[in-house]
Amino acid sequence: MTSFRSVFASATALATLSFTIPTASWAEQPIPVVATFSILGDMVERIGGEHIALTTLVGPEGDAHVYQPTPKAARSVAEADLLFMNGLEFEGWLERLAEAASFDGAMVVATTGISPIAFEEHEDNDHDEHDEHAGHDEHDEHAGHDEHAGHDEHDEHAGHDHGTFDPHAWQSLDNAVIYANNIAAGLAQADPANASKYYTNRAAFVAEIVALKSDIDAMMAALPADKRTVVTPHDAFGYFAEAYDLTFEAPQGMSTESEVSAADVAALITQIRRESISAVFIESITDNRMMEQIANETGATIGGTLYSDALSGETGPASTYLDMMRHNATTLSDALGS
Amino acid sequence: MIWDLMLAPFADFGFMRRALLGCIAVSVGATPVGVFLMLRHMSLTGDAMAHAILPGAAIGYLVSGLSLGAMTIGGLVAGMIVALASGFVARVTSLREDASLAAFYLISLALGVLIVSTHGNNVDLMHVLFGTVLALDDTALILLCSFASLSVLVLALLFRPLVLECADPQFLRSVSKLSGVTHFTFLALVVMNLVGGFHALGTLMAVGIMILPGAAARFWAESIAGLIAVAALIAMFSSLIGLLLSFHYSLPSGPAIILVAGVGYGLSLIFGPVGGAIAQNLPRRKFET
Repeated sequence: MTSFRSVFASATALATLSFTIPTASWAEQPIPVVATFSILGDMVERIGGEHIALTTLVGPEGDAHVYQPTPKAARSVAEADLLFMNGLEFEGWLERLAEAASFDGAMVVATTGISPIAFEEHEDNDHDEHDEHAGHDEHDEHAGHDEHAGHDEHDEHAGHDHGTFDPHAWQSLDNAVIYANNIAAGLAQADPANASKYYTNRAAFVAEIVALKSDIDAMMAALPADKRTVVTPHDAFGYFAEAYDLTFEAPQGMSTESEVSAADVAALITQIRRESISAVFIESITDNRMMEQIANETGATIGGTLYSDALSGETGPASTYLDMMRHNATTLSDALGS
Repeated sequence: MIWDLMLAPFADFGFMRRALLGCIAVSVGATPVGVFLMLRHMSLTGDAMAHAILPGAAIGYLVSGLSLGAMTIGGLVAGMIVALASGFVARVTSLREDASLAAFYLISLALGVLIVSTHGNNVDLMHVLFGTVLALDDTALILLCSFASLSVLVLALLFRPLVLECADPQFLRSVSKLSGVTHFTFLALVVMNLVGGFHALGTLMAVGIMILPGAAARFWAESIAGLIAVAALIAMFSSLIGLLLSFHYSLPSGPAIILVAGVGYGLSLIFGPVGGAIAQNLPRRKFET
């Protein structure tokens, strides 16, 4: 009995010890975490608050599609306890970076548990468009160009080298709640002492997301049925489109890396003319000269700047995730609704 | 049939007309320069110069964003500094021009990359720098056409000394003080045309439209005027076919244009009457001419 009691006593002592000491030291020293890009970084910041020291690899206005890791980034990753990534092969460079930096912490994939949109859907859309050119397909028999036509199809698929699914999942507010859950769970696991704080922050954040969602729902529901096609430079709004029954068209396809062909631009212009689309949009992270030309040629106006893959700087209209979503929805509704 | 294939794309879409006009301007301006580069055994200088321009344009972009003016001036300044510095070193020291040019363009390139990666916000600079021929706006077109006109004019003025310098640089140097002036003005033309070309086709592709048609023309004509005419025609034809291929088979337009020029070069290599593979190996032909 005595031995049991002493064991019990020392166990409780030990438990209190392990409970108090780490809390004390961790409160002073926030845990080092890394988020891959600005939007995810903002969410992690919201939930982690002052208990984490966050490094965001691809900052505001940066394009994570074509990011080149720096030694500084590798050092941040090496020192981090937690690494937050979007997943769905959005950060193609991350695996090599984590390996090179011999990262030994935990990885949190923010998109775990969402229902991803397969690329095939978008491919189909693309093909529908190209079918516009089916008339030209007769020319395939012409001369020796058959080979070119064959390769062309493959090139198109190769251009979308993101993987099987559309990675831009944060463009749906429902998914943002899942992001928040994953982030909170990841933080709580790495830093159990502050778990309750993380969950409190998560709840506040989710409440804001839900409130914003009802605003955006109302805005999008008010759009007339014939004004629901949106033209953007790169195809980053699949989840937003699905949530609100909009159609997004983009000359550049899913990744900002792929080069535009004359056929893509022509198909888009034809569509804008046929459906008398009144506004096209530009994005903060892409070369917008193309959209300006398209607007010029079709008589459509530039409806505004949408933020897809990166937040704006501090002073911009989309410096946080929630501001970004609100800004995008307002811009769309202003340009299409009028 | 011909209408659908060749003309409808240009009739229906303004961006195709603009792209074609831009390419024709680049063809008229850059290919004569390319011909002289080839005749002076300096074809690779074009490539080196393209690398020297890139950082200047990048700095221009960083200073004032996606402004045509700033990127053009940046490119011109960087290119001219490299051209002047390497020419100066070649004339003052014992280092030959190709070596000093290589040294200076590598320094310029590294400097540019350094500046971009420390100050850049990592917006896809390649997309910014590799201007796409499908998105030429009015200012870009005016710039391209002005550069082409200026280039043709200056080349006309320099024609005689340039031809002399091609044939016998020592002779020109001995009879005229204009040798140095001619050389640097010519390098300035190279830089100017590459800067113009990169707004349309991107730096690397701009070198292609400068060099490839000239190299192909070598197999068709013997006089310098003939070379220039054939080269310009090949460049324009390549632009037209490249754009149409890009339209009908959804290929990226810049590489499509250069690859068509490449095919033109390959065919010239084999079938060209002046020193082509077939002509060279038919002894009778040789005696006829």
